[in-house]
Amino acid sequence: MDLFEILFWLLTAVSISCALGVILSRNPVNSVLFLIATFFSISGHYILMNAQFLFIVNIIVYAGAIMVLFLFVIMLMNLNSDVEPQKSRLVQLAGIISGGILFLVILAALRDTRLTGTLEKTSTDIGLIKNLGNTLFKKYVLPFEIASVLFLSAMIGAMVIGKKESSAAAGKNLNQN
Amino acid sequence: MPIQYYIFLSLALFCIGIMGTLMRRNAIIIFMCIEMMLNSVNLLLVAFSKMFNDASAQIFVFFVMVVAAAEVAVGLAIIVMMYRKVHSVDINILNRLKH
Repeated sequence: MDLFEILFWLLTAVSISCALGVILSRNPVNSVLFLIATFFSISGHYILMNAQFLFIVNIIVYAGAIMVLFLFVIMLMNLNSDVEPQKSRLVQLAGIISGGILFLVILAALRDTRLTGTLEKTSTDIGLIKNLGNTLFKKYVLPFEIASVLFLSAMIGAMVIGKKESSAAAGKNLNQN
Repeated sequence: MPIQYYIFLSLALFCIGIMGTLMRRNAIIIFMCIEMMLNSVNLLLVAFSKMFNDASAQIFVFFVMVVAAAEVAVGLAIIVMMYRKVHSVDINILNRLKH
């Protein structure tokens, strides 16, 4: 068992236990912190597979931007208390059982596949920024441009939805006039 | 490292995300579980990219992240708006379509 495998099992244990912490902790702020830990361990898996660009993007975008947004919203709503109403035991049990059944079904389906590749420990350079940039701007330049339009529409949509009700009504009156 | 280990890991993360989505009543936690499911798919795509030595999968991971960021912006705006209306993020209150 060399360093690579030790790191793999360590990161796997951290990611799965933190993922369980997300769905089991009562306090929403704790859930967000567990989810950040999960994202960091997934980033560790990326660095083990030498996907350096995705490692840094995952840290910046997910752990840095998205989770901070979640934390802000939770603190804005003053939800950091343990008063969240729980679903009834029956519904929780049904959720756990259906999730577990999906796990078992896919596991059983995977047993019959002939997918027996291995990931070599030798580092490849496809995850470096230079190669990914070449692929992105040569082969996938149209989806890249469409993504910018998607971002613009998401930005406008978030602003329109998040606007205060009174100003929205005022805007409607302005349009009617 | 066999590819099966990565498949099992991302499958476990995906199923934990589904369990959380079905178990919890807080809309924000449900949203976070969806993010976790997206991340497990990303992990599997990167593993396949390393196995087949192909950079396209990592570009797809990049686009998944782009879509997730846009989704979070709009979804959190909807949750904030809902909180302003009903002063709660409990999804059991939002069952008016049922009646």
